[in-house]
Amino acid sequence: MIEMQDVWKTYADGTHALRGVSVLIERNEFVYLVGPSGAGKSTFMKLIYREEVPTKGQISVNGFNIGKLKPRKIPFVRRNIGVIFQDYRLLPKMTAYENIAFAMEVIEAPRRIIKKRTMEVLELVGLRGKHASLPAQLSGGEQQRIAIARAIVNNPSVIVADEPTGNLDPETSWGIMNLLEEINFRGTTIIMATHNKEIVNTLRKRVIAIENGLIARDVMRGDYGYEN
Amino acid sequence: MKISTLLRHFREGAKNILRNGWMTFASISSIVISLFILGVFLLLALNVNNLASQIESQVQIRVFLQLDTAQATIDSLSTQIKAIPEVSKVEFVSKEQGLELLRESMGEENADLLEGYDKENNPLPDSFTVEVLDPQTISFAAKKIEALGQTSESNPFLSIKYGKGTVENLFRITNAVRNIGLVIVGGLAITAMFLISTTIKMTILARRREISIMKLVGATNHFIRWPFFIEGALIGLIGSVLTTVVLLVGYDRLIEASQFDFGLMMIKLVTLKEVGFLVSVLLVGLGTMIGIWGSTISVRKYLKV
Repeated sequence: MIEMQDVWKTYADGTHALRGVSVLIERNEFVYLVGPSGAGKSTFMKLIYREEVPTKGQISVNGFNIGKLKPRKIPFVRRNIGVIFQDYRLLPKMTAYENIAFAMEVIEAPRRIIKKRTMEVLELVGLRGKHASLPAQLSGGEQQRIAIARAIVNNPSVIVADEPTGNLDPETSWGIMNLLEEINFRGTTIIMATHNKEIVNTLRKRVIAIENGLIARDVMRGDYGYEN
Repeated sequence: MKISTLLRHFREGAKNILRNGWMTFASISSIVISLFILGVFLLLALNVNNLASQIESQVQIRVFLQLDTAQATIDSLSTQIKAIPEVSKVEFVSKEQGLELLRESMGEENADLLEGYDKENNPLPDSFTVEVLDPQTISFAAKKIEALGQTSESNPFLSIKYGKGTVENLFRITNAVRNIGLVIVGGLAITAMFLISTTIKMTILARRREISIMKLVGATNHFIRWPFFIEGALIGLIGSVLTTVVLLVGYDRLIEASQFDFGLMMIKLVTLKEVGFLVSVLLVGLGTMIGIWGSTISVRKYLKV
């Protein structure tokens, strides 16, 4: 469960990225975050995985008070949040398998379990056969699938995805969306920032629109609401 | 930390060396080059020091006795001089031996100068040749010997000579040479440290992204730091062992060659046995330390992000 109460975020250069946002996202929800570039979508997500701290207001993620979190505790909060990016952010020198297993090594899981679980998620994202490939040897869609596998390998309760289909062609994008829906169906909350009108309008979910650092719309089974 | 995690860090650190092939190559090269230069100067300094010691050890005190000194006095003086803590060796040189030595040192062509001097007709006094433990204390030891003579009623010493003035100058030069060597080696060590750590910093700079991804999946700072720490240590170790082997093998060849080529020049190089251990420990220790230091400092910088 994610809850924000009157959250403000002002950067060092004086930009007000968020200006009093209050929202409640329940467990197992699927939320699209829409709005113009620079409206505050990325900041909204960075606050959830504690890349940023709020200037004012309160955020609670899975019961942790993000603003008051001690630096030592940050890694433990992040282990319960999977993050997916537009540019995949895989480690280029590691194979697909190693990239996924890495997230489990971090939590000091036993090797036997790492192996079992990593192969399991590779199966789930449909890339079992490519476990030994380096990211450069994979297509964009495949790289994003590996990134998703890495995000879910530790069974997080929340997935935060920043334009996961931004670099992909429509067909591949739908593949990724099916995968995310499947993950959501298995019980994971998904918060996804996107500019993809077709996806938002077809696969209807809760839509939160952010404009000028404020929530402009918050509609269950909403539509994209912008021209592109 | 779990043992399996520690093993994982070692595995990961070693793998990173292979994964970052060119960066590893750059780091190891900079270690090899810097430490090699340092090692060459270190060997040079050790040899200069050795040479200085050889020259210094040749200084000795000559104590000339009055012509009519009784054998009992000679024996007692010998014991007394030997009792001085700075003295390492006392050798009695009788007037006959003295004449013999003088003849030898003057050589064949000047032999006629000493003609007519023999056992009955010997102008030389009996003497002691005194060597000291630390050549630098020679004037101090000479003063103590002089004091021995002043305690008895009639001074048994004709004169005490140790090259006053000359010896002090010699020591001034050898000490200066030693200090210059020390400064050069110290300066090179510091330069090597900065050169190597800069290279390592650059290789880690290229991996900032890697660190940020590690943080994103929830790695603790500790967890991120370990493989880098091991990687740095391994790079330092590999680089310095490589350097040490090349340097010492090269030095061994030089010693071998010098036995034929510079044999006549009276220069005796320090043997491999004498310096091998010191040079290895110093270079490998320094290399490994710099490897760890460079990577630890750099990672800490990016962990704050």
